[in-house]
Amino acid sequence: MEGLTKAYPGVVANSDVSFTLKAGEVHALLGENGAGKSTMVKMIYGLVKPDSGRMIWKGAPYAPAEPRAARASGVAMVFQHFSLFEALNVAENVALGMENPPPMGELAARIKAVSEEYGLPLDPSRMVGDLSAGERQRVEIIRCLLQDPKLLIMDEPTSVLTPQEVEILFKTLRQLSAEGTAILYISHKLEEIRTLCDEATILRRGKVVGTCTPRERTAREMAEMMVGAVLTPPERAPRKDWGDTAPALSVKGLSVASPIPFGTALKAVGFDVARGEVLGIAGVAGNGQDELLLALSGEIRSEPGMVTAAGVPVGTLGPAARRRIGFVMAPEDRLGHAAAPDMSLVENAFLTGAIRKGLTRRGFIDWAATRDFAEAVIRDYDVRTPSSGAAARSLSGGNLQKFVIGRELSQAPEVIVINQPTWGVDAAAAASIRQAILDRAAAGAAVVVISQDLDELLEVSDSFAVLNEGRLTVPRPVKGLTIDEIGLMMGGAHGMEVAHHG
Amino acid sequence: MLTLEKRPTPSRFWTAATPVVAVLLTMVAGGIMFMLLGKNPFEVIRTIFWDPLFGEFAWYLRAQLLVKAGPLILIAVGLSLGFRAGIWNIGAEGQYIMGAVIGAAVGLAAFPTENRLIYPVMVLAGAFGGWFWAMIPAILKTRFNTNEILVSLMLVYVAQTILAMASTGFLRNPEGSGFPGSRNFSNYKAASNPELIAGTGMHWGVVAAFVTVIAAYVLLQRHLLGFQIKLSGQAPRAARFHGVNPTKLTVLCMGISGALAGLAGLFEVTGPAGQISIDFNVGYGFTAIIVAFLGRLNPIGILLAGLIMALTYIGGEMASTNLGLPSAAIQAFQGMLLFFLLAVDVLSNYRLRLFTAGAGPAKTKTGGAS
Repeated sequence: MEGLTKAYPGVVANSDVSFTLKAGEVHALLGENGAGKSTMVKMIYGLVKPDSGRMIWKGAPYAPAEPRAARASGVAMVFQHFSLFEALNVAENVALGMENPPPMGELAARIKAVSEEYGLPLDPSRMVGDLSAGERQRVEIIRCLLQDPKLLIMDEPTSVLTPQEVEILFKTLRQLSAEGTAILYISHKLEEIRTLCDEATILRRGKVVGTCTPRERTAREMAEMMVGAVLTPPERAPRKDWGDTAPALSVKGLSVASPIPFGTALKAVGFDVARGEVLGIAGVAGNGQDELLLALSGEIRSEPGMVTAAGVPVGTLGPAARRRIGFVMAPEDRLGHAAAPDMSLVENAFLTGAIRKGLTRRGFIDWAATRDFAEAVIRDYDVRTPSSGAAARSLSGGNLQKFVIGRELSQAPEVIVINQPTWGVDAAAAASIRQAILDRAAAGAAVVVISQDLDELLEVSDSFAVLNEGRLTVPRPVKGLTIDEIGLMMGGAHGMEVAHHG
Repeated sequence: MLTLEKRPTPSRFWTAATPVVAVLLTMVAGGIMFMLLGKNPFEVIRTIFWDPLFGEFAWYLRAQLLVKAGPLILIAVGLSLGFRAGIWNIGAEGQYIMGAVIGAAVGLAAFPTENRLIYPVMVLAGAFGGWFWAMIPAILKTRFNTNEILVSLMLVYVAQTILAMASTGFLRNPEGSGFPGSRNFSNYKAASNPELIAGTGMHWGVVAAFVTVIAAYVLLQRHLLGFQIKLSGQAPRAARFHGVNPTKLTVLCMGISGALAGLAGLFEVTGPAGQISIDFNVGYGFTAIIVAFLGRLNPIGILLAGLIMALTYIGGEMASTNLGLPSAAIQAFQGMLLFFLLAVDVLSNYRLRLFTAGAGPAKTKTGGAS
């Protein structure tokens, strides 16, 4: 294999990205969420067509029209989300992914042979529904290996694996690379990349910001490249002293189990947020962000004193009771959690606005007032929709996000908790959402923003902390925070411990 | 290639048209089935749908329509609340029996006292009987996470055993010369549920059914609880985010549907049936499930569906006696109605698209790209 180069000027997702991949090399594609990693590999796999630029595969131009063409050239991909049928067994699932599947008996034998050869034990006759996430991933990998790929793309493969499974996976990948298969490995877990990968290309906002040899760099150095050097927060009006004795929101020793499969339990999370303060919580997805939002919204109950608002313990209160005392929340998952997909925007406005906007009279819903509220949100936050009667699922992700954020911020909140405020929203709308959050803080709300976008957090936050495997670092003021310190806070468990004690 | 494409917003037209189309398709498929059984399909369909309303015996059968539709509607409205919330009470038949047994027991305990308060107390006891029987699956579900479908269904058979015990044992008519069955309520004025207007079939159970339809309609359209029921069924996580307590909602919905089924049983045993007997239940609790879905889980729809279902019952009985059709054929006919309803129902959320070959598969995965 000669090398693979490509360039795509002009696109938002990827602009002018080039890199080279040699046979037998494990190459890392590194970047934060939204940096353009997924779009990049989708182009290689033929799911998305580049607007411009070219790819060269084994010395010849390469432009797959669809995944089938990519597979025919020897490119295979294991997706982050599996596409398996739970009610079918392993062999049947593998057969479904093949162009010309051999007879079942023969296929089962080949699956067994390949799985033993690569140290991925797997019984072809087992039902996929009974398999663990790690075993399901093996099905996907073996499905790829049966095609004898020359390039294997792995998108965030370790996000659902246990440490032992990660170890097995890495052994397999090393064996593959020793046999000459090139591996493109997408991740934001720096330590993994250091142990596994030969070369790394670092993406940031769709651009290549650097390349390095991971083994020769520290995790912190790579984190700096990933984040970029522009880390000065914009000037903001000085915060008013509200003269409170107790913080508006205080969390102490918050430990709760996760209700989500493969979720992360929160371990002794603690922080204080005063009125007018914005606390930014960074960290890679799946480190307890969802659980923290659920614990703050009241969907997970905790000991009473673990969460207090203005000195009053609220840990045992549910979402409705917390809204009554001034909480508003915006979960990350808009469709299905923050909003009901099949309900109209009016009904979705009622979903959280019922209490603080006084939309019920003795249990009966005031639909006229609810409609007014929904239409005010649509107007004030520039939500593009034909009418307030449209179903939530008919809106684009960004528009629904504007609606959800607008709905929460329009309720005169005392405490605001938002997970991923600008996920999937265009730049202009993102700026206006951030401004709206800052305005609410200036009006005296205590704000917690959970996000994976570091630039965003540093722009809006007064203090900054990192969530890592369910633990939160000690929040530190953003002003005067150096990139070294952020790198230390973010740089995996080791660096975090330092920050934790310090 | 024919593909299904999800509509951005559910189609209003198909939501309303589905039941009508389902009834028509049932007539066609049922007609074919009747033809294969060697009957004239047009005659059978006419006997089922036309004769009860406008035929020779319509003066009697029209009254039967309300008698049959009353309990169906009463039970189906209760079930629909739970179904909307994603709580599947399949055991209304058992709750219906228990309402009848406990309500009748209270009335018979007072025999032969004549007092105007006896009947209201029996009504409460009937509702309690159904509620209590529904609480068993509800509490097992909320405490131990058992499946309410299985538990409520199994309890139907337990209730049938209790019914048999009641009619041959503890509620048997002491003056009935040893025959199974309780005293007849038509001979006990304080505890009977007579026809309110002669010849119409209207009794207190039918009144209760109409009141329930209106109450459920208001609940679902305007009340917070109705909103929470709908929300829990459509988006369970959003419901928890809103602040719905799933345990409370399960207990409440199971309780309401159980109490209404119990009421239906009580009105039936004191009215049209007249007494507790071994074969007192005739499957209203199961048929009500079909009625609930045929009515699109909407109270007004259930009112109409209950009347149509009662029609197929009465017409079906006529068809089996007059034309010699096996009763299984009638049951299959009623089953087809639910089958076609669920099949056509897909159209309210999806639209059929005709793809030319090759254009289809390439489109499917590009969505997440931008």
